[in-house]
Amino acid sequence: MAADTLFHRITDYAHRADPYPLYAELREEGVVRQEDGSYLVGTYHEIEALLHDPRISSDRRKRTVPDETALAEQGLPPAFIGLDDPEHHRLRSLTMRSFGPPHTPDRISGMHDEITRIVKDLLGTFPGKERLDVVDDFAYPLPVTVICRLLGVPIEDEPRFRAWSDDIVAGIDPTPGEDPEARPRAAVEARKEMGLYLGELAEKRRAHPSDDMLSAFVGDGSGGQLTPLEIMTTSVLLLIAGHETTVNLITNGVLTLLRHPEELARLRSDPALMPRAVEELLRYEPPVHMLPQRTPLADIEVAGVTVPKGAPLILMLASGNRDPRRFRDPDRFDPAREDNQHLGFGSGIHSCFGAPLARLEAQIALHGLLQHLDAPRLLEDPPPYRRSPVLRGPRHLLIEDGRSGGRERR
Amino acid sequence: MRGEPRDGRIVVVGASLAGLRAAETLRDEGFAGSLTLIGEEPHPPYDRPPLSKQVLLGKAPADRTGLPRRRPVDAEWRLGVRATGLDPVGKEVLLADGGKVPFDRLLIATGTRARPWPKPAEAALDGVFTLRTSEDAGRLAERLDAGPGRVLVIGAGFTGSEIASACRERGLAVTVAERGPAPLVGALGGTLGALAAKLQRAHGVDLRCGVTVTALEGDGRLTGAQFSDGTRIDADVAVVALGAVRNTEWLAESGLAAGPRGVTCDAGCRAFDMYGIVTDDIFAAGDVARFPHPLFEYQLLSLEHWGNAVAQAEVAAHNMVNPGPRRRPHLTVPAFWSGQFGLNIKSVGVPTFSDQVVIAQGSLKDARLVAVYGYRGRVTAAVSVNQAKALEYYQRLIETAAPFPPAQGAADQIESPEPVPSDVPDPKMLSHGPTVALTGHLPDRRLTLVQPAR
Repeated sequence: MAADTLFHRITDYAHRADPYPLYAELREEGVVRQEDGSYLVGTYHEIEALLHDPRISSDRRKRTVPDETALAEQGLPPAFIGLDDPEHHRLRSLTMRSFGPPHTPDRISGMHDEITRIVKDLLGTFPGKERLDVVDDFAYPLPVTVICRLLGVPIEDEPRFRAWSDDIVAGIDPTPGEDPEARPRAAVEARKEMGLYLGELAEKRRAHPSDDMLSAFVGDGSGGQLTPLEIMTTSVLLLIAGHETTVNLITNGVLTLLRHPEELARLRSDPALMPRAVEELLRYEPPVHMLPQRTPLADIEVAGVTVPKGAPLILMLASGNRDPRRFRDPDRFDPAREDNQHLGFGSGIHSCFGAPLARLEAQIALHGLLQHLDAPRLLEDPPPYRRSPVLRGPRHLLIEDGRSGGRERR
Repeated sequence: MRGEPRDGRIVVVGASLAGLRAAETLRDEGFAGSLTLIGEEPHPPYDRPPLSKQVLLGKAPADRTGLPRRRPVDAEWRLGVRATGLDPVGKEVLLADGGKVPFDRLLIATGTRARPWPKPAEAALDGVFTLRTSEDAGRLAERLDAGPGRVLVIGAGFTGSEIASACRERGLAVTVAERGPAPLVGALGGTLGALAAKLQRAHGVDLRCGVTVTALEGDGRLTGAQFSDGTRIDADVAVVALGAVRNTEWLAESGLAAGPRGVTCDAGCRAFDMYGIVTDDIFAAGDVARFPHPLFEYQLLSLEHWGNAVAQAEVAAHNMVNPGPRRRPHLTVPAFWSGQFGLNIKSVGVPTFSDQVVIAQGSLKDARLVAVYGYRGRVTAAVSVNQAKALEYYQRLIETAAPFPPAQGAADQIESPEPVPSDVPDPKMLSHGPTVALTGHLPDRRLTLVQPAR
């Protein structure tokens, strides 16, 4: 095994439940070079600057350090999240046409009632259960149902794409030194299969269009059109980004609130605080902890360190979110925090375009759950975590409700 | 000390964006005294950017662009009456209706008005418009609804170009007359001016550069116009878009450093008197103010930008109710945007404060780019076309006085990164002799220091 570098410890599963002390160490050390030649940045202002720097590429094919690039080229080309402008802009704009402003400004706000209904349906399955797994019973099914509706994917196919999705997420784990071939290879295969599956679904929409994004992709896109290959890569990205992150946002939210009962009580009595509370969750326990795929296109100086052209550059968003040079009292969970320009959705040209949907889902879900549960209690703290250090969140979150458990009422 | 600045009488002259935001900030910061807002227009404060865009396109009525209120301001509103004078010793604002409003502290936020067509008889022809107020926009929109045969736009700055764009979007025939070599040249220089010219023509505008309108013709109604190159056109609507005039005439006898270039104030928004002495109870903010900016060699800038009006009003209001050590400077990096001919144009810094420009990202051919401006080897501005997200990076370069040209290597750097002359009006001309810089008076009115008789 390689030496016990900071990045090894961050990605080590043993630290998954609480990586924040390691992030503090990272911020202390500044820009940290790893023995494999990659660079870690964990301070807010530096990350923010790099996210806006046009000389930072998101296309891993621009790396000079060999990685799985050759392998990746056997599969689908990168989706726009892994491309630079102007290609990134073209694909992102074409995709946005059926998702948000200016072409479809009401698509997301128009889903408010539907999301509320899905939340209600899920909560309706709770009575009779003494114990709940917040992940399996609530936080996972909600975003999956929503993104399936939005894209036009049959929810019955969930077991199929769940397996692919697991492999793809495992593939972006930058766990150093460990099985360097197997997981990326599985990810490439899964991405190809998922792409073919979604491409076929989209093709079927050509003859029978409906009010979903796959139909829009194959429809009459005045002002540009995605190619069949681009439809495949884009749909895979949306399906995965649409649920692998929101599940963590909701679960991390429930966990955090249960750990802060006074804030939970406050939110329960003043639901108008919820939008700001979700912003604070995105800062305090964000679903995406790092962007592992940036590459400088020139030698770039970051906080006194020259990051050479072509080196892997890893931006530790969750660390920046807790940088005391940016946020007052950063380790404090404060749902009423005003100055809260967090990095939860990234920033710059790649800033998450699903953000309005994620916010809406988390707000409705947490509100619904808080109003529904009577005296919820954590059964396991810390809970077991998912493997990924990138998309970080509990695998299960077992809770017991005072009401269904027959305990005393508040 | 605490408490005292939060009491007394504050008068704000100018009830538009800057005046409203200042009033809100005063109350936010605990000002508990009496607050009076004086406005020449009869309407409560409204937003102007939509007037040359959504309103002319018929997408929003002219009288529905009211500014959102961020909080109640508990003020006396004196609307529909013009301030005609200021007595700085007796501390009174004089009104056109003969009224006098006493103050302890005063904020001047009278903004600008449209520069009128210089020949009054021609300006009075039916069909000749300016565009500054919501009434202007309402009348012009109504005339465009009627489907005029041809619209003449005089001046191709941002307002003129936006008007031309709205007309073309409505399918109206448009002629644009611009004295300079291209549209937007005065604000953005030659490179983007050439792009704007190309786009206007591609959108069917009859663009005539390097000419002036020598006469507007008609007998009661506008029928056409003559140009300095000897040609003429038929037109039944003409919009005069020749920039703005600062509303400072009412301050002529006030002893303040107020003139055609604005009301000169310090970085804390305190007005100077005509001897260059800073006042402590008279403040200025918004389009009418002229202030020294450290990023631009402390030149006195007047900015006709929405964001500047907001930011400067907030600083002025803060400083009006806080003692010296707690006061803040107004140092925000200037920024503005425009929408025209399908383009989103956004600017940070001061593009006219430049000698060179380079296309740092994207390309002119795709009309999606970032142009970066430099002056004497440092970055002073950046303008994006359909690429607004890129600007934050360049704003940081401006704030840190980064060297020009900026470092190469942008992922979407397509065109040759060779800087070319920016072709803006000479930046040195932005500056003036010391007396003018201090007072804002033009040199034709030399100052004499009068010694009081013993």
